Amino acid sequence: MHEMSLAEGVLQLVEDTAAREGAQRVKTVVLEIGRLSSVEPAALSFCFEAVTHGSIAAGATLEIVDVPGAGWCMQCAATVPMTELFGACPQCGSHQVQATGGTEMRVREIEIE
Amino acid sequence: MCTVCGCAPGEVKIEGDGHVHAHVHADGTVHVHAHDHHHPHGHGGEHDHAHHAHPHTHADGTMHSHDHDHDHAHAHGETHDHHHHDHPHTHADGTTHSHDHAHAHGHDHTHAASHDHAHEHAHSHPHAPGVGGDLDYGTGPARAHVPGMSQARMVQIEQDILSKNNTYARANRRWFDERGIFALNLVSSPGSGKTTLLCKTIAQLKGELVINVVEGDQQTANDAERIRATGVPALQINTGKGCHLDGHMVGHAVERLKPADHSLFLIENVGNLVCPAAFDLGEHHKVAILSVTEGEDKPLKYPDMFAAADVMLLNKCDLLPYLQFDADLAEANARRVNPKLVVFRVSATTGEGMAAWLDWIRQGLKAQAAKQSATVDELKARIAELERALAAR
Repeated sequence: MHEMSLAEGVLQLVEDTAAREGAQRVKTVVLEIGRLSSVEPAALSFCFEAVTHGSIAAGATLEIVDVPGAGWCMQCAATVPMTELFGACPQCGSHQVQATGGTEMRVREIEIE
Repeated sequence: MCTVCGCAPGEVKIEGDGHVHAHVHADGTVHVHAHDHHHPHGHGGEHDHAHHAHPHTHADGTMHSHDHDHDHAHAHGETHDHHHHDHPHTHADGTTHSHDHAHAHGHDHTHAASHDHAHEHAHSHPHAPGVGGDLDYGTGPARAHVPGMSQARMVQIEQDILSKNNTYARANRRWFDERGIFALNLVSSPGSGKTTLLCKTIAQLKGELVINVVEGDQQTANDAERIRATGVPALQINTGKGCHLDGHMVGHAVERLKPADHSLFLIENVGNLVCPAAFDLGEHHKVAILSVTEGEDKPLKYPDMFAAADVMLLNKCDLLPYLQFDADLAEANARRVNPKLVVFRVSATTGEGMAAWLDWIRQGLKAQAAKQSATVDELKARIAELERALAAR
């Protein structure tokens, strides 16, 4: 899902922070991407390299922290692991599962010098 | 580049745009520049300049060129100050200026148990202002680089990738709420009949409501022309390479259209069932349109959009007798990804089922008006409270 747009969003947050901190170079960018976020990490890495070319983050290592999916199943009244958004509960098969974790896509931190 | 979709500058076009204008600085410097901003805007409003460099000469004869990254409101043709400059420079006349320093030291060392330290020192040096009249807030924190010292360190950001868009969207929503405007974002795949449905909706409501429309498409102003033919104002946004509208584009469209209080604001998004789901525009509800010439399993194939929507219109229902489309199954699939989804079966062509949808819009507008008067009452109560406090002194 529009990984190019997201990579642009990441670069913007990174550039803003790097400028504020007076960085000369960005060495590492750490993202948190939930498994239920509809983001394909491999595609995002590819796009990140493309958009950072010629920027302060050129050549920076992209670390993607994988956040497992979790949801609240109404039928089981319990938190259950989820592998896909809008999927069924692995315990009871109900679709009344509200995702509670794994939908995030955030820039956690950057390493600068 | 566009803040969210990555489209190149100049790609996004809002109808009737493109201008060159002059600024007058506080020190009397005048400079003229053409904006190459991807989201143009009405004069006098708040706007955002993209990075651009422009050389100018100060009253004291100092000349310098710098990049602006200004994000502030100013009325054109009036004197204004630029701030948030980030540019190191030396003035020929030796004018003193104030600036902030921040030093950061990161060092690792090993004790019996190893651990890391990170120190941050921030201190400012306000100097006496010179006579040149320059204002310079220096080069920002940590610009004072110590040669030979490694400054590699981690900086926490902890921000959502879409946070920038969400900021714009929140501002739009607040603007709508303050005026009792009801805003809807219509999303669907291309060819589901969005524009026809909009035209029919407008035709039936324009006698009782004020309506403004924003049309998003990659190219052409065809849709806006179709809407304008119904007699209501419409603004076309061409996203160029972009696959969706974003909060920033809609904010500028709002400035341009200036919707009246208690009006209906309809946004027809780019025909795309994927990306527009993630981009909040500041609307009150996303309305997904599914036509019966598509598959019943579309809500399962593209769940994000049906989960993000509050309403689904099942369009082209007049064609059901000729198709092998199970409308109940389509509804059940949509409710599987979104149990709270409100569904209306309609035909924009024959007008079948439209009454319920139009009533839903009227209800929404009423709720917005109630919300607005609640806010006004709250403000009045606060004023009364403050006046009491003042009188008691």
